[in-house]
Amino acid sequence: MTEQDLARFVVREARLLDEKRFDEWYELFTDDGFYWVPAVHGQKDPQLENSLAYEDKFLLKLRIERLKSPQAYSQQPASRCLHVLQQPEVEHSTGKEFRVRTPMLYTETRGDESQRYAATAWHTLVAHNGALKIKLKRVDILNCDAMLPSIQLFL
Amino acid sequence: MGRYRENPGALLQLIEDDRVHRDVYTDPEVFALEMERLWSRSWVYLCHASQLLAAGDFVTLDVAGKPLLVVRQADGGIRVLMNRCAHKGTKVVSAPSGNSGKTLRCPYHAWTYRLDGSLAMIPLKEGYAGTSMNEKGLAEVKHVSVYRGFVFARLSDRGMSFEEFFGDSLSSIDFLADRSPEGELEIAGGCLRYLHNCNWKMFIENLNDTMHPMIVHASSAGTAKRLWEGEPAHRPKPMVVEQFVPFVNGYQFFDEMGVKAYPHGHGFSGVHFSIHSAYSPIKDYEEAMRRAYGEERAKHILGTVRHNTVYYPSLTIKGAIQSIRVARPLAADHTLIESWTFRLKGAPDSLLARTVMYNRLINSPMSVVGHDDLHAYRSIQEGLAADGNEWVNLQRNYDPSEKNEKEITANGTSDLSMRNQFRAWRELMTAE
Repeated sequence: MTEQDLARFVVREARLLDEKRFDEWYELFTDDGFYWVPAVHGQKDPQLENSLAYEDKFLLKLRIERLKSPQAYSQQPASRCLHVLQQPEVEHSTGKEFRVRTPMLYTETRGDESQRYAATAWHTLVAHNGALKIKLKRVDILNCDAMLPSIQLFL
Repeated sequence: MGRYRENPGALLQLIEDDRVHRDVYTDPEVFALEMERLWSRSWVYLCHASQLLAAGDFVTLDVAGKPLLVVRQADGGIRVLMNRCAHKGTKVVSAPSGNSGKTLRCPYHAWTYRLDGSLAMIPLKEGYAGTSMNEKGLAEVKHVSVYRGFVFARLSDRGMSFEEFFGDSLSSIDFLADRSPEGELEIAGGCLRYLHNCNWKMFIENLNDTMHPMIVHASSAGTAKRLWEGEPAHRPKPMVVEQFVPFVNGYQFFDEMGVKAYPHGHGFSGVHFSIHSAYSPIKDYEEAMRRAYGEERAKHILGTVRHNTVYYPSLTIKGAIQSIRVARPLAADHTLIESWTFRLKGAPDSLLARTVMYNRLINSPMSVVGHDDLHAYRSIQEGLAADGNEWVNLQRNYDPSEKNEKEITANGTSDLSMRNQFRAWRELMTAE
Protein backbone atom coordinates (compact mmCIF):
# COMPACT_ATOMS: atom_id res chain seq x y z
CA MET A 1 0.00 0.00 0.00
CA THR A 2 1.35 3.41 -0.92
CA GLU A 3 0.69 6.60 0.98
CA GLN A 4 -1.51 7.63 -1.92
CA ASP A 5 -3.61 4.43 -1.64
CA LEU A 6 -4.20 5.11 2.05
CA ALA A 7 -5.08 8.77 1.48
CA ARG A 8 -7.43 7.86 -1.36
CA PHE A 9 -9.18 5.36 0.92
CA VAL A 10 -9.77 7.98 3.63
CA VAL A 11 -11.10 10.49 1.11
CA ARG A 12 -13.46 7.92 -0.38
CA GLU A 13 -14.65 6.84 3.07
CA ALA A 14 -15.67 10.43 3.89
CA ARG A 15 -17.36 10.78 0.53
CA LEU A 16 -19.52 7.69 1.16
CA LEU A 17 -20.74 9.33 4.38
CA ASP A 18 -21.41 12.67 2.68
CA GLU A 19 -23.41 10.88 -0.02
CA LYS A 20 -25.23 8.80 2.62
CA ARG A 21 -24.10 5.55 1.05
CA PHE A 22 -24.10 4.03 4.51
CA ASP A 23 -24.42 0.38 3.46
CA GLU A 24 -21.26 0.70 1.36
CA TRP A 25 -19.57 2.55 4.22
CA TYR A 26 -20.47 -0.26 6.62
CA GLU A 27 -18.71 -2.76 4.36
CA LEU A 28 -15.44 -0.85 4.78
CA PHE A 29 -15.10 -2.12 8.36
CA THR A 30 -13.52 -5.42 9.36
CA ASP A 31 -15.89 -7.81 11.16
CA ASP A 32 -14.31 -6.77 14.47
CA GLY A 33 -14.06 -3.11 13.47
CA PHE A 34 -15.08 -0.19 15.70
CA TYR A 35 -16.14 3.41 15.25
CA TRP A 36 -15.16 5.56 18.26
CA VAL A 37 -15.91 9.18 19.16
CA PRO A 38 -14.32 9.94 22.55
CA ALA A 39 -16.01 12.28 25.04
CA VAL A 40 -12.73 13.48 26.59
CA HIS A 41 -9.66 14.99 24.99
CA GLY A 42 -6.98 12.30 24.80
CA GLN A 43 -9.33 9.57 26.06
CA LYS A 44 -7.57 6.23 26.55
CA ASP A 45 -10.28 3.74 27.44
CA PRO A 46 -13.53 3.22 25.51
CA GLN A 47 -14.88 0.55 27.90
CA LEU A 48 -14.56 2.14 31.34
CA GLU A 49 -14.85 5.80 30.32
CA ASN A 50 -17.86 7.45 28.72
CA SER A 51 -17.65 8.05 24.97
CA LEU A 52 -19.96 9.93 22.65
CA ALA A 53 -20.00 6.76 20.54
CA TYR A 54 -18.14 3.45 20.59
CA GLU A 55 -19.78 1.09 18.17
CA ASP A 56 -19.11 -2.36 16.82
CA LYS A 57 -20.64 -3.51 13.56
CA PHE A 58 -23.90 -4.50 15.20
CA LEU A 59 -24.38 -0.98 16.54
CA LEU A 60 -23.27 0.60 13.26
CA LYS A 61 -25.81 -1.54 11.44
CA LEU A 62 -28.46 -0.45 13.93
CA ARG A 63 -27.62 3.22 13.38
CA ILE A 64 -27.73 2.79 9.58
CA GLU A 65 -31.01 0.83 9.59
CA ARG A 66 -32.56 3.40 11.93
CA LEU A 67 -31.68 6.20 9.53
CA LYS A 68 -33.71 4.36 6.87
CA SER A 69 -36.70 3.95 9.19
CA PRO A 70 -39.77 6.15 8.63
CA GLN A 71 -40.14 6.05 12.45
CA ALA A 72 -36.84 7.90 12.99
CA TYR A 73 -38.72 11.07 13.91
CA SER A 74 -35.59 13.11 14.57
CA GLN A 75 -34.78 12.66 10.88
CA GLN A 76 -37.81 14.63 9.72
CA PRO A 77 -36.35 16.58 8.04
CA ALA A 78 -33.28 14.45 7.38
CA SER A 79 -29.76 15.54 8.31
CA ARG A 80 -26.98 16.12 5.78
CA CYS A 81 -23.24 16.22 6.36
CA LEU A 82 -20.04 17.28 4.66
CA HIS A 83 -16.47 16.36 5.59
CA VAL A 84 -13.81 18.83 4.45
CA LEU A 85 -10.53 16.95 4.84
CA GLN A 86 -6.93 18.05 5.14
CA GLN A 87 -4.40 15.84 3.33
CA PRO A 88 -4.32 12.48 5.20
CA GLU A 89 -0.91 11.62 6.66
CA VAL A 90 0.37 8.13 7.43
CA GLU A 91 1.53 8.18 11.03
CA HIS A 92 2.51 4.57 11.40
CA SER A 93 2.86 1.52 9.19
CA THR A 94 3.80 -2.13 9.73
CA GLY A 95 3.25 -2.99 6.07
CA LYS A 96 -0.02 -4.74 7.06
CA GLU A 97 -1.54 -2.24 9.43
CA PHE A 98 -1.56 1.52 8.95
CA ARG A 99 -2.48 4.49 11.09
CA VAL A 100 -3.63 7.57 9.19
CA ARG A 101 -4.26 11.02 10.67
CA THR A 102 -6.70 13.38 8.96
CA PRO A 103 -7.68 16.78 10.39
CA MET A 104 -11.10 17.84 9.15
CA LEU A 105 -13.99 20.25 9.39
CA TYR A 106 -17.31 18.49 9.74
CA THR A 107 -20.64 20.16 9.09
CA GLU A 108 -24.00 18.60 9.89
CA THR A 109 -27.22 20.35 8.96
CA ARG A 110 -30.88 19.65 9.56
CA GLY A 111 -33.58 22.04 8.38
CA ASP A 112 -32.58 25.51 9.51
CA GLU A 113 -29.96 24.22 11.94
CA SER A 114 -26.28 23.80 11.22
CA GLN A 115 -23.41 22.58 13.41
CA ARG A 116 -19.70 22.66 12.67
CA TYR A 117 -16.89 20.75 14.34
CA ALA A 118 -13.15 20.77 13.96
CA ALA A 119 -11.95 17.21 14.43
CA THR A 120 -9.14 14.78 13.76
CA ALA A 121 -9.91 11.38 12.26
CA TRP A 122 -7.55 8.51 13.08
CA HIS A 123 -7.97 5.51 10.80
CA THR A 124 -6.41 2.20 11.74
CA LEU A 125 -6.50 0.34 8.42
CA VAL A 126 -5.58 -3.23 7.58
CA ALA A 127 -4.85 -4.78 4.20
CA HIS A 128 -7.34 -7.57 3.61
CA ASN A 129 -7.16 -9.63 0.39
CA GLY A 130 -5.49 -6.73 -1.35
CA ALA A 131 -8.13 -4.23 -0.17
CA LEU A 132 -8.06 -1.87 2.79
CA LYS A 133 -10.49 -2.26 5.68
CA ILE A 134 -11.12 -0.14 8.77
CA LYS A 135 -10.19 -1.78 12.06
CA LEU A 136 -10.81 1.41 14.01
CA LYS A 137 -12.02 4.84 13.03
CA ARG A 138 -11.48 7.22 15.92
CA VAL A 139 -12.72 10.81 15.61
CA ASP A 140 -11.47 13.32 18.16
CA ILE A 141 -13.80 16.32 18.14
CA LEU A 142 -11.85 19.39 19.26
CA ASN A 143 -14.57 20.36 21.76
CA CYS A 144 -15.79 16.84 22.53
CA ASP A 145 -16.24 17.76 26.22
CA ALA A 146 -18.46 20.78 25.51
CA MET A 147 -22.20 20.47 25.92
CA LEU A 148 -23.29 19.25 22.53
CA PRO A 149 -26.63 19.08 20.73
CA SER A 150 -27.77 15.94 18.88
CA ILE A 151 -25.15 14.78 16.38
CA GLN A 152 -27.07 12.38 14.18
CA LEU A 153 -24.79 11.26 11.35
CA PHE A 154 -21.22 9.90 11.27
CA LEU A 155 -18.22 12.18 11.72
CA MET B 1 -43.44 44.38 35.71
CA GLY B 2 -44.38 41.07 34.21
CA ARG B 3 -47.60 39.13 34.15
CA TYR B 4 -46.61 36.70 36.89
CA ARG B 5 -44.07 38.27 39.26
CA GLU B 6 -46.55 40.67 40.82
CA ASN B 7 -49.53 38.43 40.36
CA PRO B 8 -49.30 35.22 42.43
CA GLY B 9 -52.87 34.31 41.53
CA ALA B 10 -52.04 34.23 37.82
CA LEU B 11 -49.04 32.01 38.51
CA LEU B 12 -51.11 29.50 40.49
CA GLN B 13 -53.75 29.44 37.78
CA LEU B 14 -51.20 27.88 35.45
CA ILE B 15 -51.52 24.60 37.35
CA GLU B 16 -54.78 22.72 37.52
CA ASP B 17 -55.22 19.28 39.08
CA ASP B 18 -54.89 17.41 35.82
CA ARG B 19 -53.52 19.89 33.28
CA VAL B 20 -51.01 22.74 33.09
CA HIS B 21 -50.84 25.92 31.05
CA ARG B 22 -48.20 26.09 28.31
CA ASP B 23 -46.52 29.12 29.92
CA VAL B 24 -44.87 26.84 32.51
CA TYR B 25 -42.73 25.51 29.64
CA THR B 26 -42.32 28.53 27.38
CA ASP B 27 -42.52 31.82 29.31
CA PRO B 28 -39.14 33.44 30.17
CA GLU B 29 -40.64 35.21 33.17
CA VAL B 30 -41.97 31.95 34.58
CA PHE B 31 -38.50 30.48 34.04
CA ALA B 32 -36.88 33.37 35.95
CA LEU B 33 -39.34 32.84 38.80
CA GLU B 34 -38.62 29.11 38.78
CA MET B 35 -34.93 29.86 39.29
CA GLU B 36 -35.60 32.36 42.11
CA ARG B 37 -38.17 30.23 43.87
CA LEU B 38 -38.46 26.56 42.94
CA TRP B 39 -34.77 25.97 42.19
CA SER B 40 -33.60 28.06 45.15
CA ARG B 41 -36.01 26.61 47.72
CA SER B 42 -35.47 22.98 46.67
CA TRP B 43 -32.56 20.76 47.60
CA VAL B 44 -30.62 20.67 44.34
CA TYR B 45 -27.99 18.02 43.54
CA LEU B 46 -24.52 19.55 43.16
CA CYS B 47 -22.00 16.73 42.85
CA HIS B 48 -20.84 13.51 44.47
CA ALA B 49 -18.44 13.50 47.42
CA SER B 50 -16.15 11.08 45.54
CA GLN B 51 -15.28 14.00 43.22
CA LEU B 52 -13.81 15.81 46.24
CA LEU B 53 -11.35 13.45 47.89
CA ALA B 54 -8.55 15.72 49.20
CA ALA B 55 -8.67 19.07 51.01
CA GLY B 56 -8.86 21.82 48.39
CA ASP B 57 -10.57 19.59 45.79
CA PHE B 58 -13.34 21.62 44.19
CA VAL B 59 -16.15 21.51 41.66
CA THR B 60 -17.74 24.62 40.14
CA LEU B 61 -21.23 24.78 38.69
CA ASP B 62 -24.21 27.09 38.24
CA VAL B 63 -27.46 26.48 40.10
CA ALA B 64 -30.45 28.75 39.60
CA GLY B 65 -28.14 31.10 37.70
CA LYS B 66 -25.72 31.41 40.66
CA PRO B 67 -22.03 30.47 40.28
CA LEU B 68 -21.19 27.96 43.03
CA LEU B 69 -17.92 26.54 44.31
CA VAL B 70 -18.10 23.25 46.19
CA VAL B 71 -14.91 22.63 48.12
CA ARG B 72 -13.53 19.91 50.40
CA GLN B 73 -12.31 21.37 53.70
CA ALA B 74 -9.18 20.53 55.67
CA ASP B 75 -11.41 18.99 58.37
CA GLY B 76 -13.03 16.68 55.80
CA GLY B 77 -16.29 18.62 55.53
CA ILE B 78 -17.77 20.02 52.32
CA ARG B 79 -18.70 23.68 51.98
CA VAL B 80 -20.57 25.45 49.20
CA LEU B 81 -19.46 29.01 48.48
CA MET B 82 -20.59 31.64 46.02
CA ASN B 83 -17.86 31.71 43.38
CA ARG B 84 -17.55 35.51 43.45
CA CYS B 85 -14.62 37.47 44.81
CA ALA B 86 -15.64 39.91 47.55
CA HIS B 87 -13.61 42.56 45.74
CA LYS B 88 -14.76 43.12 42.14
CA GLY B 89 -16.91 40.04 41.54
CA THR B 90 -14.42 37.86 39.66
CA LYS B 91 -15.07 34.14 39.81
CA VAL B 92 -12.36 32.99 42.21
CA VAL B 93 -12.06 29.62 40.47
CA SER B 94 -12.63 29.12 36.74
CA ALA B 95 -11.96 25.42 36.10
CA PRO B 96 -14.90 22.97 36.29
CA SER B 97 -12.92 20.91 38.83
CA GLY B 98 -9.45 20.66 40.35
CA ASN B 99 -7.49 21.28 43.53
CA SER B 100 -6.98 24.79 44.86
CA GLY B 101 -4.23 24.00 47.36
CA LYS B 102 -4.60 25.45 50.84
CA THR B 103 -6.23 28.71 49.76
CA LEU B 104 -8.48 30.14 47.08
CA ARG B 105 -6.78 33.03 45.35
CA CYS B 106 -8.59 35.42 43.03
CA PRO B 107 -6.76 35.58 39.67
CA TYR B 108 -7.45 39.33 39.30
CA HIS B 109 -6.00 41.16 42.38
CA ALA B 110 -4.93 38.15 44.48
CA TRP B 111 -7.48 38.55 47.23
CA THR B 112 -7.00 35.24 49.00
CA TYR B 113 -9.46 33.12 50.97
CA ARG B 114 -9.21 30.08 53.22
CA LEU B 115 -11.06 26.95 52.04
CA ASP B 116 -14.00 27.93 54.24
CA GLY B 117 -14.30 31.20 52.29
CA SER B 118 -12.99 33.50 55.05
CA LEU B 119 -10.65 36.26 53.95
CA ALA B 120 -6.96 35.35 54.47
CA MET B 121 -5.04 38.10 52.67
CA ILE B 122 -5.41 41.26 50.61
CA PRO B 123 -2.35 42.91 48.97
CA LEU B 124 -1.62 46.34 50.51
CA LYS B 125 -4.54 45.89 52.87
CA GLU B 126 -3.82 49.14 54.75
CA GLY B 127 -5.23 51.01 51.75
CA TYR B 128 -8.71 49.96 52.91
CA ALA B 129 -8.27 51.30 56.45
CA GLY B 130 -11.20 53.41 57.51
CA THR B 131 -13.49 52.19 54.70
CA SER B 132 -16.60 50.06 55.13
CA MET B 133 -14.92 47.12 53.38
CA ASN B 134 -16.66 43.80 53.85
CA GLU B 135 -14.17 41.39 55.41
CA LYS B 136 -16.54 38.45 55.47
CA GLY B 137 -14.95 36.78 52.48
CA LEU B 138 -16.91 34.59 50.10
CA ALA B 139 -20.64 34.25 50.68
CA GLU B 140 -21.58 30.77 51.83
CA VAL B 141 -24.56 28.60 50.98
CA LYS B 142 -25.51 27.50 54.48
CA HIS B 143 -27.92 24.71 53.69
CA VAL B 144 -25.86 21.75 52.53
CA SER B 145 -26.56 18.08 53.03
CA VAL B 146 -24.54 15.03 52.01
CA TYR B 147 -26.49 11.79 51.77
CA ARG B 148 -24.53 8.59 50.92
CA GLY B 149 -22.07 10.84 49.08
CA PHE B 150 -24.73 12.82 47.15
CA VAL B 151 -24.12 16.52 47.84
CA PHE B 152 -27.25 18.70 47.83
CA ALA B 153 -27.74 22.37 48.63
CA ARG B 154 -30.68 24.68 49.18
CA LEU B 155 -29.74 28.22 48.13
CA SER B 156 -32.60 30.00 49.85
CA ASP B 157 -32.99 30.36 53.61
CA ARG B 158 -36.61 29.63 52.98
CA GLY B 159 -37.63 26.03 52.45
CA MET B 160 -37.95 22.61 54.03
CA SER B 161 -35.26 20.61 55.79
CA PHE B 162 -33.48 18.00 53.68
CA GLU B 163 -35.21 15.14 55.52
CA GLU B 164 -38.65 16.66 55.16
CA PHE B 165 -38.11 17.50 51.48
CA PHE B 166 -37.00 14.04 50.33
CA GLY B 167 -38.56 11.83 53.03
CA ASP B 168 -38.83 8.15 52.16
CA SER B 169 -37.87 8.77 48.53
CA LEU B 170 -34.24 8.54 49.71
CA SER B 171 -34.64 4.75 49.58
CA SER B 172 -33.70 4.88 45.87
CA ILE B 173 -30.32 6.39 46.74
CA ASP B 174 -29.89 3.72 49.41
CA PHE B 175 -30.67 0.93 46.95
CA LEU B 176 -28.15 2.43 44.50
CA ALA B 177 -25.36 2.78 47.08
CA ASP B 178 -26.13 -0.66 48.54
CA ARG B 179 -25.40 -2.17 45.14
CA SER B 180 -21.77 -1.69 46.10
CA PRO B 181 -20.54 -4.62 48.22
CA GLU B 182 -18.88 -1.95 50.37
CA GLY B 183 -21.94 0.31 50.38
CA GLU B 184 -20.03 3.11 48.66
CA LEU B 185 -20.12 4.75 45.26
CA GLU B 186 -17.46 6.52 43.29
CA ILE B 187 -18.05 8.73 40.25
CA ALA B 188 -16.13 7.11 37.39
CA GLY B 189 -15.89 7.28 33.62
CA GLY B 190 -16.53 11.02 33.24
CA CYS B 191 -19.69 12.80 32.20
CA LEU B 192 -21.76 13.10 29.03
CA ARG B 193 -23.10 16.63 28.46
CA TYR B 194 -26.12 16.77 26.16
CA LEU B 195 -27.64 20.15 25.32
CA HIS B 196 -31.44 19.89 25.13
CA ASN B 197 -33.18 22.75 23.33
CA CYS B 198 -36.29 22.34 25.45
CA ASN B 199 -37.64 23.18 28.88
CA TRP B 200 -36.16 21.21 31.78
CA LYS B 201 -39.54 19.83 32.87
CA MET B 202 -40.07 18.01 29.58
CA PHE B 203 -36.97 15.94 30.28
CA ILE B 204 -37.89 15.28 33.92
CA GLU B 205 -41.48 14.35 33.09
CA ASN B 206 -40.43 12.03 30.29
CA LEU B 207 -38.40 9.81 32.63
CA ASN B 208 -41.55 8.30 34.06
CA ASP B 209 -43.70 8.70 30.95
CA THR B 210 -44.13 5.06 30.05
CA MET B 211 -46.53 5.61 27.16
CA HIS B 212 -43.79 6.87 24.84
CA PRO B 213 -40.96 4.28 24.61
CA MET B 214 -42.72 1.84 22.30
CA ILE B 215 -43.51 4.73 19.93
CA VAL B 216 -40.52 7.05 20.16
CA HIS B 217 -37.93 4.28 20.37
CA ALA B 218 -39.37 2.01 17.67
CA SER B 219 -36.74 3.33 15.26
CA SER B 220 -33.83 2.48 17.59
CA ALA B 221 -34.79 -0.23 20.08
CA GLY B 222 -37.26 -1.71 17.60
CA THR B 223 -34.51 -1.92 14.99
CA ALA B 224 -32.16 -3.51 17.55
CA LYS B 225 -34.81 -6.13 18.25
CA ARG B 226 -35.33 -6.85 14.55
CA LEU B 227 -31.59 -7.10 13.84
CA TRP B 228 -31.08 -9.42 16.79
CA GLU B 229 -33.91 -11.68 15.67
CA GLY B 230 -32.05 -12.09 12.37
CA GLU B 231 -28.87 -13.33 14.09
CA PRO B 232 -28.08 -17.06 14.37
CA ALA B 233 -29.86 -18.57 17.41
CA HIS B 234 -26.68 -19.91 19.04
CA ARG B 235 -25.05 -16.48 19.33
CA PRO B 236 -24.90 -15.26 22.94
CA LYS B 237 -27.08 -12.22 23.45
CA PRO B 238 -24.83 -9.15 23.54
CA MET B 239 -25.24 -6.63 26.34
CA VAL B 240 -26.35 -3.94 23.87
CA VAL B 241 -29.34 -6.06 22.91
CA GLU B 242 -30.25 -6.62 26.57
CA GLN B 243 -30.08 -2.87 27.13
CA PHE B 244 -31.95 -1.70 24.02
CA VAL B 245 -34.74 -4.19 23.41
CA PRO B 246 -36.86 -3.69 26.60
CA PHE B 247 -37.52 -0.09 25.48
CA VAL B 248 -40.03 -1.47 22.98
CA ASN B 249 -41.87 -3.72 25.41
CA GLY B 250 -45.63 -3.39 25.14
CA TYR B 251 -48.08 -1.23 27.06
CA GLN B 252 -48.93 -4.05 29.45
CA PHE B 253 -45.29 -4.35 30.58
CA PHE B 254 -45.00 -0.66 31.38
CA ASP B 255 -48.44 -0.54 32.99
CA GLU B 256 -47.66 -3.45 35.32
CA MET B 257 -44.29 -1.91 36.20
CA GLY B 258 -46.10 0.54 38.52
CA VAL B 259 -45.30 4.12 39.52
CA LYS B 260 -44.89 5.58 43.00
CA ALA B 261 -45.15 9.22 44.10
CA TYR B 262 -43.84 10.87 47.27
CA PRO B 263 -44.58 14.34 48.64
CA HIS B 264 -42.73 17.33 47.11
CA GLY B 265 -42.49 16.00 43.56
CA HIS B 266 -40.31 12.94 44.01
CA GLY B 267 -41.11 9.45 42.78
CA PHE B 268 -40.18 6.55 40.60
CA SER B 269 -41.56 4.03 38.17
CA GLY B 270 -40.57 0.38 38.15
CA VAL B 271 -42.14 -0.47 41.51
CA HIS B 272 -42.41 -4.17 40.73
CA PHE B 273 -39.89 -4.65 37.88
CA SER B 274 -38.43 -2.58 35.05
CA ILE B 275 -36.61 -2.58 31.73
CA HIS B 276 -33.48 -3.47 33.75
CA SER B 277 -34.92 -6.65 35.32
CA ALA B 278 -33.76 -9.17 32.74
CA TYR B 279 -30.04 -8.33 32.50
CA SER B 280 -27.73 -11.35 32.58
CA PRO B 281 -26.30 -12.03 36.03
CA ILE B 282 -22.63 -11.15 36.64
CA LYS B 283 -21.51 -14.08 38.76
CA ASP B 284 -18.48 -12.82 40.67
CA TYR B 285 -20.31 -9.58 41.49
CA GLU B 286 -23.35 -11.38 42.86
CA GLU B 287 -21.06 -13.55 44.97
CA ALA B 288 -19.36 -10.45 46.37
CA MET B 289 -22.82 -9.06 47.21
CA ARG B 290 -23.85 -12.26 49.02
CA ARG B 291 -20.61 -12.23 51.00
CA ALA B 292 -21.16 -8.60 51.97
CA TYR B 293 -24.88 -8.66 52.79
CA GLY B 294 -25.93 -12.29 53.17
CA GLU B 295 -28.19 -14.22 50.82
CA GLU B 296 -31.50 -12.58 51.61
CA ARG B 297 -30.43 -8.93 51.77
CA ALA B 298 -28.30 -9.30 48.61
CA LYS B 299 -31.29 -10.74 46.78
CA HIS B 300 -33.47 -7.85 47.93
CA ILE B 301 -30.94 -5.21 46.80
CA LEU B 302 -30.30 -6.82 43.41
CA GLY B 303 -34.01 -7.49 42.91
CA THR B 304 -34.86 -3.81 43.38
CA VAL B 305 -34.56 -2.48 39.83
CA ARG B 306 -36.44 0.82 39.88
CA HIS B 307 -36.66 2.47 36.47
CA ASN B 308 -36.08 6.23 37.02
CA THR B 309 -36.28 7.94 40.39
CA VAL B 310 -36.80 11.69 40.23
CA TYR B 311 -35.41 13.79 43.07
CA TYR B 312 -37.34 16.85 42.03
CA PRO B 313 -36.29 19.08 40.41
CA SER B 314 -32.63 18.35 39.59
CA LEU B 315 -31.54 14.75 40.06
CA THR B 316 -32.73 11.58 38.43
CA ILE B 317 -31.20 8.25 39.21
CA LYS B 318 -31.20 4.77 37.74
CA GLY B 319 -30.12 2.55 40.62
CA ALA B 320 -30.23 -0.71 38.70
CA ILE B 321 -27.68 0.57 36.20
CA GLN B 322 -25.81 2.90 38.64
CA SER B 323 -26.12 6.07 36.57
CA ILE B 324 -27.61 9.49 37.20
CA ARG B 325 -28.88 12.26 34.97
CA VAL B 326 -28.84 15.80 36.25
CA ALA B 327 -30.92 18.65 34.83
CA ARG B 328 -29.18 22.05 34.68
CA PRO B 329 -31.72 24.55 33.28
CA LEU B 330 -30.17 27.33 31.17
CA ALA B 331 -33.26 29.11 29.79
CA ALA B 332 -36.96 28.40 29.31
CA ASP B 333 -36.07 26.46 26.17
CA HIS B 334 -32.53 25.25 26.96
CA THR B 335 -31.35 22.64 29.45
CA LEU B 336 -28.05 20.88 29.94
CA ILE B 337 -28.45 17.20 30.81
CA GLU B 338 -25.37 15.76 32.51
CA SER B 339 -25.14 11.97 32.65
CA TRP B 340 -22.73 10.42 35.15
CA THR B 341 -21.75 6.85 35.92
CA PHE B 342 -20.63 5.22 39.17
CA ARG B 343 -18.13 2.59 40.11
CA LEU B 344 -19.57 0.34 42.81
CA LYS B 345 -16.74 -0.01 45.31
CA GLY B 346 -15.81 -3.66 45.72
CA ALA B 347 -17.50 -4.70 42.44
CA PRO B 348 -15.69 -5.93 39.31
CA ASP B 349 -14.97 -3.56 36.41
CA SER B 350 -17.59 -5.31 34.29
CA LEU B 351 -20.23 -3.41 36.27
CA LEU B 352 -18.62 -0.09 35.35
CA ALA B 353 -18.35 -1.23 31.71
CA ARG B 354 -22.07 -2.04 31.76
CA THR B 355 -23.16 1.38 33.02
CA VAL B 356 -20.74 3.17 30.68
CA MET B 357 -22.25 1.24 27.77
CA TYR B 358 -25.77 2.11 28.85
CA ASN B 359 -24.83 5.74 29.26
CA ARG B 360 -23.41 6.13 25.77
CA LEU B 361 -26.23 4.13 24.15
CA ILE B 362 -28.98 6.14 25.85
CA ASN B 363 -27.63 9.49 27.12
CA SER B 364 -24.96 10.63 24.66
CA PRO B 365 -25.49 13.53 22.22
CA MET B 366 -24.91 10.77 19.63
CA SER B 367 -27.50 8.38 21.15
CA VAL B 368 -30.11 7.08 18.73
CA VAL B 369 -32.49 6.85 21.70
CA GLY B 370 -31.76 10.41 22.82
CA HIS B 371 -32.22 11.83 19.32
CA ASP B 372 -35.85 10.76 19.12
CA ASP B 373 -36.62 11.77 22.73
CA LEU B 374 -35.17 15.23 22.23
CA HIS B 375 -36.99 15.58 18.93
CA ALA B 376 -40.26 15.01 20.81
CA TYR B 377 -39.41 17.62 23.48
CA ARG B 378 -38.32 20.21 20.90
CA SER B 379 -41.45 19.51 18.95
CA ILE B 380 -43.54 20.28 22.06
CA GLN B 381 -41.55 23.47 22.65
CA GLU B 382 -42.54 24.64 19.16
CA GLY B 383 -46.03 23.12 19.09
CA LEU B 384 -47.12 24.90 22.27
CA ALA B 385 -47.13 28.22 20.40
CA ALA B 386 -50.27 27.05 18.58
CA ASP B 387 -53.60 28.79 19.04
CA GLY B 388 -56.78 27.02 20.07
CA ASN B 389 -55.44 25.05 23.05
CA GLU B 390 -53.19 26.52 25.72
CA TRP B 391 -53.21 23.44 27.98
CA VAL B 392 -51.04 20.37 28.36
CA ASN B 393 -52.88 17.21 29.33
CA LEU B 394 -51.85 15.22 32.44
CA GLN B 395 -55.13 13.38 32.83
CA ARG B 396 -54.23 9.72 32.36
CA ASN B 397 -55.67 7.72 35.29
CA TYR B 398 -56.39 10.88 37.29
CA ASP B 399 -58.05 10.18 40.61
CA PRO B 400 -59.02 13.27 42.68
CA SER B 401 -58.29 11.40 45.93
CA GLU B 402 -54.57 11.14 45.03
CA LYS B 403 -54.10 14.78 46.12
CA ASN B 404 -54.65 13.82 49.75
CA GLU B 405 -52.31 10.84 49.83
CA LYS B 406 -48.78 11.11 51.24
CA GLU B 407 -47.42 8.21 49.25
CA ILE B 408 -49.29 6.66 46.41
CA THR B 409 -48.64 3.78 44.03
CA ALA B 410 -50.48 3.55 40.71
CA ASN B 411 -50.40 1.64 37.44
CA GLY B 412 -47.22 2.37 35.51
CA THR B 413 -48.79 4.22 32.60
CA SER B 414 -50.56 6.73 34.86
CA ASP B 415 -49.59 10.41 34.59
CA LEU B 416 -49.39 10.40 38.42
CA SER B 417 -45.69 11.33 38.54
CA MET B 418 -46.27 14.44 36.39
CA ARG B 419 -49.28 15.62 38.40
CA ASN B 420 -47.26 15.03 41.55
CA GLN B 421 -44.39 17.15 40.19
CA PHE B 422 -46.73 20.03 39.39
CA ARG B 423 -48.30 19.86 42.86
CA ALA B 424 -44.75 20.41 44.16
CA TRP B 425 -44.24 23.15 41.57
CA ARG B 426 -47.25 25.05 42.95
CA GLU B 427 -46.05 24.61 46.50
CA LEU B 428 -42.49 25.77 45.75
CA MET B 429 -43.50 28.66 43.48
CA THR B 430 -45.93 30.25 45.90
CA ALA B 431 -44.63 33.72 46.67
CA GLU B 432 -44.01 34.90 50.24
